[in-house]
Amino acid sequence: MARALSAWIARRALGALATVLAASVLIHLSLRLVPGDPVLALTAGRRLTPEQLAAVREAYGLDQGPVQSYLGWIGGALRLDLGASLHYQTGVSTLIADRLDVSVPLILYAAALSVLFGTAVALVSAVRGGAVDRIAGLLAATTTATPPFVAAILLLATFSVGLGWFPATGAGTGFADRLWHLTLPATAMAIAVFGVLARVGNAAFAAELRREHVEVARSRGVGGAAVVRRHVVRGALPPLLTVIGVLLAGLFVGTAVVETAFGLDGVGSLLVSSVTRRDIPVVQGVALIAVVLFVLVNTLVDLALTFIDPRVTVGGITR
Amino acid sequence: MTLTVPALRARAARRRRHRPLSVRLAAAFLLVVAGTGLLAPLLAPHSPDTTSLVNALAPPGTPGHWLGTDSTGRDVLTRVMYGARLSLLAPLGVVLLSAALGITTGLVAARAGGRVDAVLSRCMDIVFAFPSLLLAMIAVAVFGPGLAAPVCALAVSYAPFLGRIVRSVALQEGARPYMEAYRVMGFGELWVTLRHLLPNVAPVLIAQGTLSFGYALVDLASLSYLGLGVRPPDADWGSMISQAQSAILQGAPWSGIVPGLAVLLTVVSVNVIGEHVGGSISGRGKEET
Repeated sequence: MARALSAWIARRALGALATVLAASVLIHLSLRLVPGDPVLALTAGRRLTPEQLAAVREAYGLDQGPVQSYLGWIGGALRLDLGASLHYQTGVSTLIADRLDVSVPLILYAAALSVLFGTAVALVSAVRGGAVDRIAGLLAATTTATPPFVAAILLLATFSVGLGWFPATGAGTGFADRLWHLTLPATAMAIAVFGVLARVGNAAFAAELRREHVEVARSRGVGGAAVVRRHVVRGALPPLLTVIGVLLAGLFVGTAVVETAFGLDGVGSLLVSSVTRRDIPVVQGVALIAVVLFVLVNTLVDLALTFIDPRVTVGGITR
Repeated sequence: MTLTVPALRARAARRRRHRPLSVRLAAAFLLVVAGTGLLAPLLAPHSPDTTSLVNALAPPGTPGHWLGTDSTGRDVLTRVMYGARLSLLAPLGVVLLSAALGITTGLVAARAGGRVDAVLSRCMDIVFAFPSLLLAMIAVAVFGPGLAAPVCALAVSYAPFLGRIVRSVALQEGARPYMEAYRVMGFGELWVTLRHLLPNVAPVLIAQGTLSFGYALVDLASLSYLGLGVRPPDADWGSMISQAQSAILQGAPWSGIVPGLAVLLTVVSVNVIGEHVGGSISGRGKEET
């Protein structure tokens, strides 16, 4: 069993690695999908000397064959060197690293808010039922459909401009100040995630509550809280964890919208401005990180499930 | 599986009675939004592009401008009505394209099997590794601004969802005796697939397609909000909100809140309908067995 398990983990990790590699090939070679000469398309409208054109071509790796240029790029990426930005004239890795102190707290803050409130609302509404359940259902349906940029302008209009409780732009300095500045952006990001978690969690908890062993435990007089803790939460963990993984992995790209809305200088707003400027090396660098994170988180969740729920056996879920 | 026509009618009638209020409201709202978008030139009180600095940032309730005006004096109600056109059409394009892609991939993978199936399934895994918004942004960076690149990118991004469903249903259905019987009788592979497999997959496809429409609407509106989607003078709800940003900070939020609510309510309605369709499919099994 243990051997089969480690073999399965190895296979799963290899599969994830293969996916990341294939995705990185796509990211790097996407520029070559442009019909005609990509350099002319990218520098459209600007008059450039042949020397300048050659420099741009070299910067994009277009002076080499696709295999060579990919190997150069991915080799650099493994050494944390993602090439140079065309706009800033500095390394892409430095540009990204300088902005992590805004984006990382933002993502963690949003993750904490959505997971905490999402699972709490799901659990309470599933256990209580009745009117509480209906109100929670309505809340979840509305928040699920609220895109982060709509949430951002509603929050800005209400809590920043209207009530003046929170700042409208900037990331602040120092821990407390940053937390205060990031509260509205993190809430804007968390709202839709909260909605999905509240719904999926509610369904998972409700399904567990209806299961036979829970009813038996209750009928034998085991206290409500103990049953919920020991059986309902544990049983509902696998589906909940899967969804949390998918949602959290998506938060990295979600920073693009929220950081732009709140004027934060993070990785997301860097991605947006680089797309606008068609600064391809930066876009490719951020995209690579996003895909690696996305695959990594989902793989880790899959692996965690095998340890939480022994029924998830080698080769997939058996029930 | 086979139902007579009266039985089908009875089932349809039964389901109509069970259609909850929320689903009716959602359908009515979507009809109104689509209708006002379609008939915007006839219904809208103003021209969407006429600016008037005298009337700039008129609050909602102003006679003649019932939802107010934006920072250049354009009527918000008029612009939301016109904005509905691209806001709804572009996601529709995404859904149709991704359905075509997903159905083809899923059916080919299931029917061909073997190595073709393995390769196609692997390709779908790779597309899954890209969050849809990221794929759309890469497309804009590479192919330049405008709606065409993000619409195609989102279609590719959503196709695996449909592709996987179609593949698994097609595999289940393909293993049933009646499929073998048709093949023995000498009917062509393509005919069996189109005539018998596709109709069986259709209900699931409609449910998934409806939900994809909501995702596509949000993704495209987000791109327009970021200035990476619709190009001026065209406008959708996302670009309207983007233009309202400075007015919001000046304490005149309605030119952003109205299109924001339009996005929110449309997506809620689409989700309610999508879930109802999905629910009545899973409920169907209970009804018949």
